[in-house]
Amino acid sequence: MNAQLFELVLLTIVTASIPLVIAALGELVTERAGVLNLGVEGMMIVGAALGFAGAWASGSTLVGALCGVAAGMILAALFGLLTIVLAVNQVAAGLALTIFGVGLSGLLGAGFVGLKREGAPHLQLPGLSDLPFVGKLVFGEDAFVYAAFLLVALAAYFLARSRAGLALRAIGDNHDSAHALGLSVRGVRFLAVLFGGACAGLAGAYLSLAYTPFWAPGMTAGRGWIALALVVFASWKPWRVVLGALLFGGATVLQLHAQAASLGLPGQLMSATPYLATILGLVVLSLGARRNSAAPAALGQVFVPPR
Amino acid sequence: MRIDLEPRTNRSPALEIGAPIAALVAAILLGGLVVALLGKSPTRAFAVYFIEPLLAGWSLQEIAVKACPLVLIAVGLGFCFRANIWNIGAEGQFVVGGLAGGWLAIATHGGAHQTIGGWWIVPAMLLLGAVCGAVYAMIPALLKVWLGVSEILTSLMLVYVAELLLDYLVRGRLRDPKGFNFPQSVTFEDVARLPFLAQGERLHAGVVIAVLAVIAAHFVFARMRFGFAVRLTGEAPRAARFAGFNDRKLTLAVFAISGGLAGLAGICEVAGQIGQLQPVISPGYGFTAIIVAFLGRLSPVGILVAGLVLALTYIGGEAAQVALKLPNDMTRAFQGILLMCVLAADTFTRYKIRVSRTGAT
Repeated sequence: MNAQLFELVLLTIVTASIPLVIAALGELVTERAGVLNLGVEGMMIVGAALGFAGAWASGSTLVGALCGVAAGMILAALFGLLTIVLAVNQVAAGLALTIFGVGLSGLLGAGFVGLKREGAPHLQLPGLSDLPFVGKLVFGEDAFVYAAFLLVALAAYFLARSRAGLALRAIGDNHDSAHALGLSVRGVRFLAVLFGGACAGLAGAYLSLAYTPFWAPGMTAGRGWIALALVVFASWKPWRVVLGALLFGGATVLQLHAQAASLGLPGQLMSATPYLATILGLVVLSLGARRNSAAPAALGQVFVPPR
Repeated sequence: MRIDLEPRTNRSPALEIGAPIAALVAAILLGGLVVALLGKSPTRAFAVYFIEPLLAGWSLQEIAVKACPLVLIAVGLGFCFRANIWNIGAEGQFVVGGLAGGWLAIATHGGAHQTIGGWWIVPAMLLLGAVCGAVYAMIPALLKVWLGVSEILTSLMLVYVAELLLDYLVRGRLRDPKGFNFPQSVTFEDVARLPFLAQGERLHAGVVIAVLAVIAAHFVFARMRFGFAVRLTGEAPRAARFAGFNDRKLTLAVFAISGGLAGLAGICEVAGQIGQLQPVISPGYGFTAIIVAFLGRLSPVGILVAGLVLALTYIGGEAAQVALKLPNDMTRAFQGILLMCVLAADTFTRYKIRVSRTGAT
């Protein structure tokens, strides 16, 4: 394999991983606050639909991305209203959000099927972007990639080093104690849910604005669920999300290349690889680690403030 | 503004029945809003979705036929959700059940059974479908019990795997060799079809099976120790452990029940409704059944009623596609809205909601 092809493979791995990184990071922050939002897939696909619609109407990728973010946040606010204000079971509400989101995205995107845009522009630094091997990889990505890494760095710093991050983690580990300390459990959780929605919407917008770049019904194809699994792989630590997503993106890309090389394996088996790999990853992880040791202790539990 | 929830000490039966009805009304109003935003008449849509299917004999039968898989799956999910176990892969278990039972119909097609008679084929198909659905559900169940892997993610991932497996086999091994390369199996012979309840009608025996499943589940919850163990484990896990109920065995049992019923629903759909294997055999029954389970408040009889309501949205949705050019996604969006309303309404039965200005309390 020559250097050029190798660089191309690395580039596609990054492209395949970025939506997973962004969506999983948002869910990670949400879960650290003790809320399990299974609606990632729904928020993501509405973000993809509205992101494309916004970009098409305005002609700007940035406006499209912001529309995707806004769409994710609106759905997340709905989820927050149900689970945080009305104390509804989080698993059921998340499923409802995904079912609703998939239907809504079909309605919103109906007029945009078959349209194609220019992909998001890539960074072009004279000299640097043309460096052999690493040029395109480091200095020639689109804005989503850099935004994703910036988000991971910020979230890692926020969770590990800031006072507000400590409060968020305390709420996720023991909401009763956090409440007794005077922290606003429901307020912080709502913000965390909104952040998760914004990230899921951005990840969806990345799919329809940079990855494909067009809108197709059902285009997230379970990536929201895989992002949920990545949070578990990553033991709820931001940088490990990047590692997991790159491994995962790598597996997906290798599968595509294997398909191209026609090893005689059925295409459906290849398509099933990401899902089987997710299950396998969860199994391997649970063999290694102590059971659920890394999960926020209050994850998925409803909090009704005592009066 | 501050919203507080105060647990109700006594739960009134009127509220218990009224809540899902109120949720349905709220969902219809919200759905009407979406229809209006799409530029169609909400009153006309309401008539097409919820009134007209109830006026003709054939569409009433269609509703019962559509409700059959929904009710069968949701009854099984009721066991899981009551025990606080989250099997959300019923769609996959449905597909595997339909695939396994359908395989038997294809394997015996025009051959082996002629000598020993065909009476055994349908029962064997049903059994095979249920068993394979249950076995498929054992994958997430065993992973949860042995290794503590979240059943939510594994059961959902297996949906995609099952769908791809069906797609692969229907385009390959199980394809009708004389079918001009269409991706579908042979049409089942009559001995491999569920009997219809009356000549020339749409109702097939699967509807009876669904009603029997409801009655059996009702009996289990009302009368049997196992039903009590399921409820107690969900509501008070510590108390259930003190009472000596084994939560690992219970997890396996509820997964087996729901997987088995989903598989049975799958083969009933294939042998009753479709009559052959196709690359896609379900318009998302396994996910809609989750809504059915919650709308029916996880009780078997409630699920029967809720299954009919959701079946109505499928039939009405098909009619609305033709009459109003409303896309099929409208049905899915409405189902999502309905589930949210049902969940919110449930809060109102369990808590009193107090809204106060900031600083009051």
